[in-house]
Amino acid sequence: MTPLLSIRGLSVDFETRHGTVHVLDHLSFDIAPGEIVGIIGESGSGKSVTACSVMGILDRAGRITRGDILFQGESLLAMGRRARDGWRGRDASIIFQNPRAALNPIRTVGDQIADVIARHTSLSRSRIRRRVQQSLRDVRVPDPERRAGAYPFQLSGGLCQRIGIAMALACTPRLLIADEPTSGLDVTTQAVIMDLIRDLARENGTAVALITHDLALAAGNCDRLVIMHAGHVVEIAPTAEIIARPRHPYTAGLLRSVPSLAESLDQLQAIEGSLPDLRRSDLPPCRFAERCTRRLPQCDAPGPLVLTACGPGHLVACRNLP
Amino acid sequence: MTARAQPGRIRRALRGNPLNLIALGLLGLICVIAVLGPSLVPHDPLATDTAVALQPPSAQHWFGTDQLGRDLFSRVVVATRLDLLIALGAVALSMVAGSVLGAIIGYWGGVLDAVVSRLVDVLMAFPLFVLAMALVAALGNSVINVVYATAIVNLPFYIRLARSEIRPRRALGYAEAARAGGSGNWRILSRHLIPNIAAPLVIQGSVNLGWAVLNAAGLSFLGLGVRPPTPEWGIMVAEGARFIASGQWWIVTFPGLALMLAVFTFNLLGDALRDILDPRLRT
Repeated sequence: MTPLLSIRGLSVDFETRHGTVHVLDHLSFDIAPGEIVGIIGESGSGKSVTACSVMGILDRAGRITRGDILFQGESLLAMGRRARDGWRGRDASIIFQNPRAALNPIRTVGDQIADVIARHTSLSRSRIRRRVQQSLRDVRVPDPERRAGAYPFQLSGGLCQRIGIAMALACTPRLLIADEPTSGLDVTTQAVIMDLIRDLARENGTAVALITHDLALAAGNCDRLVIMHAGHVVEIAPTAEIIARPRHPYTAGLLRSVPSLAESLDQLQAIEGSLPDLRRSDLPPCRFAERCTRRLPQCDAPGPLVLTACGPGHLVACRNLP
Repeated sequence: MTARAQPGRIRRALRGNPLNLIALGLLGLICVIAVLGPSLVPHDPLATDTAVALQPPSAQHWFGTDQLGRDLFSRVVVATRLDLLIALGAVALSMVAGSVLGAIIGYWGGVLDAVVSRLVDVLMAFPLFVLAMALVAALGNSVINVVYATAIVNLPFYIRLARSEIRPRRALGYAEAARAGGSGNWRILSRHLIPNIAAPLVIQGSVNLGWAVLNAAGLSFLGLGVRPPTPEWGIMVAEGARFIASGQWWIVTFPGLALMLAVFTFNLLGDALRDILDPRLRT
């Protein structure tokens, strides 16, 4: 089966005043139609840059230097600008971390949802208004007729995120990227929003890339997990498999650092060190090597680090597998 | 858009600051005078009658008469429309052109931004009034050219304001969200960003109106633009200036007061609009 989204050897550099930052390096993974994939990594690991590269909304300082992104077998990078504008919002859309900032403060939320629908369809005004009402009901906004006329500042953060989801799903895209969709919300709202995203995606057959640093959140909602570290994919596997048998030392470390009710807090372990400075020219092939307890001389041997299969659907990028 | 959505804000702004009420009241008065002026006045503003020349204010001539026996009250009232039209035209032109240009360079940045910004710096290095004089002299001495010249010397303020207001917003969430929804650059700029910076531009425009009135009057005071015998405050001040020494103070005083009132109103109006429109005072 052709994957819905296929990222192949993607490298992204950012030009900064202090030199070139190699933010993504030979990144590869696929997302199948209708699948929910969690993209996990700590801050600065390149999760959001991956999302922006796929959506084509990378900051101007960022440049894709190598690799390709295929959507249903077609290269997004080779697509013309107009075609890409039409693709965005219709075939793929994104939910942002800060729901209130993602809404225009001086326009009603109903108008903003209507904008997206009007951009990608040729429906009449009254049909669009009905679609807006329907999409508000879909995200379970109470009293949609009245709320459609509200301005973002009149709504709570949770409601704003529902509006964001309604906007993103207004044209039933094939791919939804949720970039930390619940980090700005309180814990009870988080669960509700996550359920909403998962249920709507399942109903519409929309594939979801859930970007988060919260391993527990991803484990509870995703079919597969992609673990990122410093612009590399270090491990990909089905959720249950990765939790039961993490192969990469970074993944194992991440799992040990997740608190759970069963264990006492003393058993929690932090991962030593921090992300390497990505401006360095002498970065080792494995960017985790300097934090790794299993480091061997072969880890520093030149040559690219490759993802290798180590089980059904389980890929890992490590030269010293136990 | 904001005013329509929040009539409560206007009421609150008026109640909170009585000066705002005065500003809107004066604005209403000036607008009525500008629209109805010629049909309100007791005398023909152009009719000369040397028999009553240089008379002080009286029941017959409220503001007195000038050296040709023309009724000053009628002239001051009738001049309102012309002075206001020049100022409005100039401010509208520079506001529209300046904000669009400023928004474009603020949004795209780069070489275009650098070039336009330096040109704006050059424009601002000139004393504005002298630049306006030079422009009228170069374009030709007519009323419409006074409008153009005033618009051009005001352009830098709108370009700078729009540029600096757009810059932080172009990377903001809703601009990014609009892009992710499939909007192109022009659509993001025109539907999302420019409406969001309308408030500071309108406030700037209002304060600018006062300056434009003064600028237009100043140019005609120097004999540029409007020409006698057309009633216009600047010309009237210029004509009256000769008679101050001989004690006929009223010829220069009343058009001067009218000018002052207009400038005062527009400056107050700027504050009132800020109270109503400023997003930082919202929610």
